[in-house]
Amino acid sequence: MLEAVLDTALRLVLIIGAFLLLPLLVGQLEHKAMAHMQSRLGPMYAGGFHGWAQLIADGVKFVQKEDVIPAAADRAVFKLAPAVALVPYLVVMVVIPVGPGLYGVDLDAGIFFVLAVMGVGVLGSIMAGWSSANKYSVLGGMRSAAQLMSYELPLVLAASSVAMAAGTLSLHGIVEAWQWWWLPWQAIGAVVFFVAGLAELRRPPFDMPIAESEIIMGPMTEYSGLRFALFMLSEYVGIVVLSALTTVLFLGGWQGPLLPGPVWTLIKIFALAFVVIWVRVSYPRLREDQLQRLAWVGLVPLALLQLAITGVVKVL
Amino acid sequence: MSGYFGSYVVVGILLLAGVAIFAGGLFANRLLRPHRPTADKLTTYECGVDPVGDGWAQSQVRYYVYTYLYVVFAVDAVFLFPWATVFAAPGFGLTTLVEMFVFLAFIALGILYAWRKRVLAWT
Repeated sequence: MLEAVLDTALRLVLIIGAFLLLPLLVGQLEHKAMAHMQSRLGPMYAGGFHGWAQLIADGVKFVQKEDVIPAAADRAVFKLAPAVALVPYLVVMVVIPVGPGLYGVDLDAGIFFVLAVMGVGVLGSIMAGWSSANKYSVLGGMRSAAQLMSYELPLVLAASSVAMAAGTLSLHGIVEAWQWWWLPWQAIGAVVFFVAGLAELRRPPFDMPIAESEIIMGPMTEYSGLRFALFMLSEYVGIVVLSALTTVLFLGGWQGPLLPGPVWTLIKIFALAFVVIWVRVSYPRLREDQLQRLAWVGLVPLALLQLAITGVVKVL
Repeated sequence: MSGYFGSYVVVGILLLAGVAIFAGGLFANRLLRPHRPTADKLTTYECGVDPVGDGWAQSQVRYYVYTYLYVVFAVDAVFLFPWATVFAAPGFGLTTLVEMFVFLAFIALGILYAWRKRVLAWT
């Protein structure tokens, strides 16, 4: 009994550690990779060696900032919104396996749980947008809601294609069932899932809801200090979670030659996180109507096609 | 921590840990931050000019139809998950495959209808 409790506690501590550390690594990678893609150096001062401590310095700065809540805002909802945006991503991490037997818990409704909980995260940005009582924020919140509506469907369809292929909803079971030829088989689904996930995170080029040059960070216009930092953290945790899910569902998780399993998982996660950053630097922002069009006319039919392919190959 | 719902206890503990991280961060923030509100600081931000009218301004929501579409299709998609785990089980095979194409045809027809009615266009 004691052993089981200690085992669970250790797993949870590791998950919380990953939750606090991996987003910082991705954030630093974004600082540096984006800078070099744009012929800049990026942070060079903090910590001495190539600005490695920049995000720690940012955190120390944010925690000392005044907490300004506008007089017109709906205070309770305004204060709560960053938590609603951030905590679901931590909860999702509990089911992501990084190696054989290495997960928080193995829920047999794995994918279903992940999709349901990730949808809650977007509520944080809708709450923030509405409670700020700011025109930009209301617009941004509305756009977030519209984006969630449109991109949740291709996300769900692409994920269920993998569930069909593996015959289980458990993430651990899916990676165990994974074979290399699933890569071409599930390729369409993988692209649909990743693109829809990017849109759900409101990352560029799908950042119309937060468009800083147009509606001034949308739902986050009125946020400052630590609450704003927590919204930023939730964006980067979101990148980690999306990359990890794509890895687990479509890229075979810990499977790979030579290196140990968890190393493969991390390599794949960071490669995908790099793609997220790369896409941000490369593509201009999609207009709101283009965004909706891409989801309904592009991704949903592609996801349906993937379902058909998966079904036919699996049965015949 | 055994049984079907036992594993969800772990999920609940992690949820509490997340809330504790949030609360702890804001508690540290409360100890370290200054607090000097002024009337100007607390006005709604509107690019530096005084805010005009109410923050919850009326605007035309152009994409409300997507909400209907989403609700209809998401309810369909939920039924995919239990089906996905068993559809290739011995004894089902072609029957479930045909059923899948009926399902896909319904969704595709719905989208085609929405597209034909021009609700997927902006104006």
